[in-house]
Amino acid sequence: MSAVHVSTKINGDDVEFVCRPDESLLDVLRDRLGMTGSKEGCGTGDCGSCSVTLDGRLVCSCLVMGAEVGGHEIGTIEGMAQGDKLHPLQQKFLEGAALQCGICTPGFLIAARALLERNMDPTETEVRYWLAGNLCRCTGYDKIVRAVMDTAKDMRKAAAKSSAKKPAAKKSPAKKTAKKGARHAA
Amino acid sequence: MRYEAPDTIKAAVGLLSKAKGTSRILAGGTDLLVQMRSGMVEPDLVVNIKGIPGMRDIVADKGGYRIGAAVSGAELEEHGKVGQMWPGVVEATNLIGSTQIQGRATMVGNLCNASPAADSVPAMIAAGATARVVGPKRTRDVPVESIATAPGKTSLAKGEFVSSVFLPKPPARTGSAYLRFIPRTEMDIAVVAAGIAMTLNAKGVITAARVSLGAVAARALLVDACAEAIIGSTLDDAALDRLAAAASAAAKPITDKRGTVEFRTKVAGVLARRAAVIAYDRARG
Repeated sequence: MSAVHVSTKINGDDVEFVCRPDESLLDVLRDRLGMTGSKEGCGTGDCGSCSVTLDGRLVCSCLVMGAEVGGHEIGTIEGMAQGDKLHPLQQKFLEGAALQCGICTPGFLIAARALLERNMDPTETEVRYWLAGNLCRCTGYDKIVRAVMDTAKDMRKAAAKSSAKKPAAKKSPAKKTAKKGARHAA
Repeated sequence: MRYEAPDTIKAAVGLLSKAKGTSRILAGGTDLLVQMRSGMVEPDLVVNIKGIPGMRDIVADKGGYRIGAAVSGAELEEHGKVGQMWPGVVEATNLIGSTQIQGRATMVGNLCNASPAADSVPAMIAAGATARVVGPKRTRDVPVESIATAPGKTSLAKGEFVSSVFLPKPPARTGSAYLRFIPRTEMDIAVVAAGIAMTLNAKGVITAARVSLGAVAARALLVDACAEAIIGSTLDDAALDRLAAAASAAAKPITDKRGTVEFRTKVAGVLARRAAVIAYDRARG
């Protein structure tokens, strides 16, 4: 079995690895790159706990070959928080106790983020259908769905606020950078 | 196992033609990786076709659409115009698996995996879709219904693969629909399925129809008797009864964990009837 050399981008960073051609992207992430946030539940694309984004598209990393991701961009749970600052979804999952054992949680977070990037105002039905490929055996889903809906609500509020301030929009990116810098300094 | 990612059809065909042992095409990979993992298939060669120009494109062609072999279900849905033209096909494709699966799974993969329960296949057959088969000798366009021959088996020769499917321009007043029965609302495989396309005249009389049944035989069936049962009618109750009877008569299912022969035979008629009503309403606009 000839090894394959792959250059790709994971969470914005250039990454190179060598893998066997029969290894899945999930195998590569966990066993070669030490990124164990993505979990293996079923290994057959049924449970969604290995969810990542591939060029922005939500996929099961167990159904992607490691060899085929060269030149593409991968997003994993490790890239969700910015330093110590949790993503709003992560914060809401914690606040709402939308997890118990936690194995499915990275997959749910990645999947929910992909939904909210496309649709900031999903109905409960839309949330449930979008997340139908993520299985959770602990929570009964209700708290997960509520956490996603609550995050969407917060995001809409924040978006309304920033669009209300539109005349001063030019200034806001600078402010953001400053804030970010301050956070890092702290 | 060897992994190759050629950038032309010619190179891909060359690799497949020369390969010894078992070769597999990688497009969406949602069937292939599961089969490899379970040991159902141990390929000596995997050819990723996604880097070949055109494989990921949806191209307007002769009033219809040519859909590349690596176009995912999500991309098909987001295109919008294909779904307006052939709602039955796009709805059927979008029923396959979860959001994650839709991000990868392709119609051509669904076709070439040759499962009798493949959702997109009866819908494509009803639409009169053709598959473009590329290979070492020539390129040929064949009806979609001629690809699968039995569960997991296709009519493709060594070195050949399907590079795209073509959905023709529908005549005016054409409607299509696809329905499947599953015991839950999402994330399951068809127990019985029906895909229908029909064309009406200005008076609402059906002038042409294609009816395909899935999961009731070794491969998706194109049932002429179902089309004959409704052509010339305005889809009145008598025509619907004839359609249901013809669908049940054509069904040659097996009993397995998902359904019995008796259940599948009856439900084939029920779904054909319901899909016909939807297609008729769509055709009337």
